Amino acid sequence: MRDDLVLRVVGRLLIPAILLFALYVQFHGDFGPGGGFQAGVMAAAGIIFYSLIHGLVATRRIVPDWVVETMVAAGVLIYASVGLAGILLGGHYLDYSVLSSDPIHGQHRGIFWVEVGVAVTVCGVMLKIYYMFASRGGAED
Amino acid sequence: MAVAVWAIAFTRNLFSVVVLSGVYSFLMATVLVALDAVDVAMTEAAVGAGVSTVLLLAALRLCKSEEAKPAHKPWLPLAVSVSTSVLLVYGAWGLPDFGDPEAPIHKNVVPRYLNNEVDVPNVVTAVLASFRAYDTLGETVVVFTAGAGIIALLRRRKKNPDNKGGGA
Amino acid sequence: MLAHFTNVITVFLMVAGLFIITARGNLIKKLVGLSLFQTSVYLLYITPGKLIGGTAPILSPAYTVYSNPLPHVLILTAIVVGVSTLALGLALTVRIREAYGSIEEDEILALDHSVEDDEARESH
Repeated sequence: MRDDLVLRVVGRLLIPAILLFALYVQFHGDFGPGGGFQAGVMAAAGIIFYSLIHGLVATRRIVPDWVVETMVAAGVLIYASVGLAGILLGGHYLDYSVLSSDPIHGQHRGIFWVEVGVAVTVCGVMLKIYYMFASRGGAED
Repeated sequence: MAVAVWAIAFTRNLFSVVVLSGVYSFLMATVLVALDAVDVAMTEAAVGAGVSTVLLLAALRLCKSEEAKPAHKPWLPLAVSVSTSVLLVYGAWGLPDFGDPEAPIHKNVVPRYLNNEVDVPNVVTAVLASFRAYDTLGETVVVFTAGAGIIALLRRRKKNPDNKGGGA
Repeated sequence: MLAHFTNVITVFLMVAGLFIITARGNLIKKLVGLSLFQTSVYLLYITPGKLIGGTAPILSPAYTVYSNPLPHVLILTAIVVGVSTLALGLALTVRIREAYGSIEEDEILALDHSVEDDEARESH
């Protein structure tokens, strides 16, 4: 599919928009529909779209395997360490109110980091699954 | 949606089955918007129609894309399905009416959620990340585990001698 | 009847998924049936949360009636977990295909039986 001009041009237009929209969904999740799960899936879908057009090898150059595998684990660790930060600051596990001097602000901070963790893990797992299936079939460009 | 389901059940070409299930996911997403579940609809559209279609196609590429003619007549499964559905519909008559504001589901913990204690306008995000943070941690771990399982199942050991970390 | 129409739809989808899982031998078809079954569960959770005249649960001074946010949270995570488990199932299918050369349940069972028969004959 590499030589298809229409696909390449449309992809070039759409992929940045998809990734940007994923970030919007991530950080605007407090006020509108959205959050870590959706943002992670959308970012992964954007990268998978790129790889459908330009091939797996080109995608692996941009987002290499070790980055994806690190993302899979890092998201869970971010989430868990937000909980631990609550304990260290004198609260319960996953209690966000102590993360800042103002409980409401602390809640916002906690929700933000938890959503980041979710998005990173989901995006990493989706990409890893796709890489695994796509690289299985042998010589694909 | 019923047409899509019918077609999925009786089409033998797996490629069309996968595309039909993508269509079905989009229809499901519109239904979810009509039911006020915008967050869920967004996820369903991105996951059901996007990622899972791509994954099914990727798996199809590794397998045969034509289903064999069924060896048995489907009378026993049909009988089981029909009797299950009769039982379930009978049971559904005992549930509260659709849209009933007095239903128990709206009475227990939900008024507290809608009280906006954490000052986040999107209640779904607030409940997801704050009130029910343990649930979400568990779900994230499940997703992580599924990823690890797939790495363990599909990793090629011989071709990547310098890439030893993780599963398998 | 109308009050329970949504439940009837849910039951129809659930049973269609059940039928595909039990009646079809192809493993990928079974997985598609499983995800149909799963979407019926989404409906089962989401429909009781809807209030007539309610809006999506995003707080704003303009509205007072909101649909129930709790099922949305549960199903939101269920969808993502669902796709992960679907992918796990597909991975298993691919491995089965590599080991048996087939993804039809009947053929796989026949292969297993013939292997058992051979072993039984050798031990005699």
